[in-house]
Amino acid sequence: MRLAKGGLIDRDRQLGFRFDGHGYTGMEGDTLASALLANGLRTVARSFKYHRPRGILTAGSEEPNALVTLGRGAGQEPNARATTVELHQGLDARSQNAWPSVGFDVMEVNDWLSPFLGAGFYYKTFMGPARIWERVFEPVIRRAAGLGQLSKEVADLRFDKAFAFCDLLVIGAGPTGLMAAWTAAEAGADVILADEDFLPGGRLNAERAGVGGQSGAGWAADIAARLSAMPNVRVMTRTTVTGVYDQGTFGALQRHAPGARMQETFWRIVAKRSVLAAGATERPVALANNDRPGVMMAGAVRSYLNRFAVAPGKTAVVFGASDEVMRTAADLRDAGVHLAAVVDARPVTGGQDMPLRSGAVVERVLGREVEGVVIRHADGREERVQADLLALSGGWNPTLHLTCHLNGRPVWRDDVAAFVPAPEAVPGMTATGACNGDLTTAACLAAGRAAGQAAAESLGLTGALPDLPEADGADAGAMPLWVVPGKGRKWVDFQNDVTVKDIAQAARENFRSVEHMKRYTTQGMATDQGRMGNVTALSVLADATGRSIPGTGTTTFRPPFAPIHIAALGAGGQGKGFAPERFTASHAVTLSMGAPLIEAGLWYRPSYYPRAGETTWRQSCDREVGMVRTRVGVCDVSTLGKIDVQGPDAAAFLDFVYTNTMSTLPVGKVRYGLMLREDGHVMDDGTCARIGETQFVVTTTTAAAGLVMKQMEFAAQVLRPDLDVRMISVTEQWAQTAVAGPEARALLNEVLDEPMADGAWPFMSCGAVSVGGIPARLFRISFSGEHAYEIAVPARYGESLFRQLVAKAEARGGGAYGMEALNVLRVEKGLLTHAELDGRTTAYDLNLQGMMSKKKDFVGRAAAQRDGLLDPDRPRLVGIRPVGAVKQLTAGAFLFEPDAEKTRPNAQGTVSSVAYSPTLGHFVGLALLKEGPERHGDTVRMVDHLRGIETLCEVCDPVFFDPEGGRVRG
Amino acid sequence: MRLTCPHCGARDLREFTYGGAVLDRPEGDWGPEWDAFIHLRDNPAGLSREWWYHEKGCSAWLVVERDTRTHEVVAVAEVSR
Repeated sequence: MRLAKGGLIDRDRQLGFRFDGHGYTGMEGDTLASALLANGLRTVARSFKYHRPRGILTAGSEEPNALVTLGRGAGQEPNARATTVELHQGLDARSQNAWPSVGFDVMEVNDWLSPFLGAGFYYKTFMGPARIWERVFEPVIRRAAGLGQLSKEVADLRFDKAFAFCDLLVIGAGPTGLMAAWTAAEAGADVILADEDFLPGGRLNAERAGVGGQSGAGWAADIAARLSAMPNVRVMTRTTVTGVYDQGTFGALQRHAPGARMQETFWRIVAKRSVLAAGATERPVALANNDRPGVMMAGAVRSYLNRFAVAPGKTAVVFGASDEVMRTAADLRDAGVHLAAVVDARPVTGGQDMPLRSGAVVERVLGREVEGVVIRHADGREERVQADLLALSGGWNPTLHLTCHLNGRPVWRDDVAAFVPAPEAVPGMTATGACNGDLTTAACLAAGRAAGQAAAESLGLTGALPDLPEADGADAGAMPLWVVPGKGRKWVDFQNDVTVKDIAQAARENFRSVEHMKRYTTQGMATDQGRMGNVTALSVLADATGRSIPGTGTTTFRPPFAPIHIAALGAGGQGKGFAPERFTASHAVTLSMGAPLIEAGLWYRPSYYPRAGETTWRQSCDREVGMVRTRVGVCDVSTLGKIDVQGPDAAAFLDFVYTNTMSTLPVGKVRYGLMLREDGHVMDDGTCARIGETQFVVTTTTAAAGLVMKQMEFAAQVLRPDLDVRMISVTEQWAQTAVAGPEARALLNEVLDEPMADGAWPFMSCGAVSVGGIPARLFRISFSGEHAYEIAVPARYGESLFRQLVAKAEARGGGAYGMEALNVLRVEKGLLTHAELDGRTTAYDLNLQGMMSKKKDFVGRAAAQRDGLLDPDRPRLVGIRPVGAVKQLTAGAFLFEPDAEKTRPNAQGTVSSVAYSPTLGHFVGLALLKEGPERHGDTVRMVDHLRGIETLCEVCDPVFFDPEGGRVRG
Repeated sequence: MRLTCPHCGARDLREFTYGGAVLDRPEGDWGPEWDAFIHLRDNPAGLSREWWYHEKGCSAWLVVERDTRTHEVVAVAEVSR
């Protein structure tokens, strides 16, 4: 019910919203929770397990009950806490975990069955084979227990990520945080002040006590405005710091104001220092039926009265064991709420105008929604009073979760009957104010100023200290109050339906360790992560096991402090944002020619270039292979890694990273090279071109470019610091195009400024040339077995050169070729890719042992000598071709002796690459076969168990085409 | 986690690649010391000396001294040339 006056709401701005399909009106400044209360709603949710009706318990992010689903359709958001949802025009919210309605939920039958559904009932009841668990039990349980649901549709995600850096991060903008941020900012520190609420001020907005001669809320607003105007301060409201990570890194989730383009931004904030001023969370008292709608934390009652001008009930009982009982009662009375009873468990006097019950306890709540309470007086007398609101105060738990994220363990303080953060639990972080056990406004203001000053000084900054405003400093005289004796179910974890009885039962069944109790009862495992109930649960466990609370220990608080959408953590990573896309210089030309693309790492390369009349990829591929074999083909090979290696010791360095010798390579020549990992297996192959006496350009495969660069830098910096050599990747600086085929030289001569002379540029030569006045590099190398070149120009000329070469090739009856044809050409020649260099093969396996120099040290030399890597029984490279009725080969298939049983232990090898060779008119394959090189001419059976293909094959040399190599040199 | 690169300053973990424990590369042919270099690693509870590669920064290989219990980074140095 809305009060006639007061509150930090804008009564001129009425906001229409819907809840469970009904229209209501709230005001600017409301949360969904305050608006629901203003409209008189009490039951807004159902509990997880027993489907008990639930109301609004708190006024903050610790809310365990009032979870709702926001919106409809693809982007609907389940499990939003009504207490943190900022009300806005058109908000559409629904209750969840209830059918047919939140008022009448058939699954409430679980509540009647609760004697059978206590702690551990899953483990005791659902016994049986795993199959039954998966098919029967789990689906039933999942339907019965649960929270809100996702739409399971693809939503338009409005999430972003961002990074920020500061001297000081202040977490919480209550009296402590405001004072800390102000003090440090005045000293000149770069400050970020983050608070999860949309209104800075913390408890100051919820209490009537003044600060510095004005209202607490007014003071907070003034300081927040002052901070916002300072250039060295960023005030981030609606921002929950969710996690603490190493070296001063913080995760923070910012919810944007209703109507903003983005819904949420996940921040990574790096701060040199931090002040935790997260305040404290009021804990409930465990008493019978304390979960009924109409039971509310006393601090939340004051929030709704003072901040939102909402009376959460008409007739109230207040219960606790501190001066806050009287404060809450006074706020209720002054707001016009009838007080049925004011129950203080301490023996107290005073409050003449109040219906005070001193030294008494509330033992039980009556009604499905609160209709009254049973009070037990010190003398044992029972009193029943009627009320629709029970304001409950069990003391305050410091909100210390963030101090535990780096393994800090809280310490118990008897004087405040609560855990406080361990000092230095997070390097560079000071926990201060209420989250450190200071529970008065005056103490918080002073502690905040001291923390801000200390943080500034540790950064070498000093400035004028702000004056401490006058504020209430009276201790509330709290007495610990955990569990009220008596019968009935007393809730500890509201969201997961864990009661005092469940915890006691866990202890009885010997789950005495707090971590075991937690897992057995599910205490603290709900979306609120035990923020309301954990310490109370510890007190119950301590009692049940005869230990003290600190002796019982605490469970571990881990990030995130509050739920985060996975979509926020992964912001930007959907669709094309998932991975970068790398395009070659010829990409636009390739697209214009209609070539389908294939991914190669992050690169996109043409699969084939279809022409009119071609309906399958094979037709295009076969034509392209034929072009290269008979005329000329053009292919962009820029994706291969290119590393420029320079220095007086460049040649000696390359001798160390390649198995073979590069120092003997003359200037103007290219050599094929093999690199091993230090464990003796082949890492990569490529070419090494000597551009000058002290300059080489080496190429890597597309996939291994980064890996090779990393290993070469490691070799240069760590293993051979004695060598004077430097290197840099130039993969993206040079566009490189392969020109292959009998007419390759003639084609290139059409574009070179100085045509190649007859007899010049033999196979494996390289050097500088000029194309249209542009300096270029020409390499006579071949990956097809044809007379071929690769020509490299600065990347910005790559598209133009590719376009010209393709046009001139087409005029000669050739044209562009893609990856499919490139693969066929290399398999026909037995050339290797990462299908063969799969990280498990050695030089010996690939018949390349001759490339391992015996005269020098190189990476992988020692390990490659191991007996196991030179075992003749190892699968080694061979060619295979079909000789039986079945003509098809498939990569990945196994090889067997023709008559052997087709089982894994009998496998003799595997097929690594296959291609249909239009040149030879049949399939050709590369395989790794035991003792392969000794078995040329043998027959083996290829078996593809997956596709059901069996092919009799002849083992042969891996070079199928032009084994003498006449064409490549011609 | 953040590392302070001697060239680039304090940078986020995602710029770096872990390179394993700092060990001396043996000389000569295969033997037990090579086996240890390639395969055998301590699992220290406490100070750990590790190679890290500033792959998305200056390409420097660094020696990081770090406490595996507290995650405190004690020192980050360039591999001596």
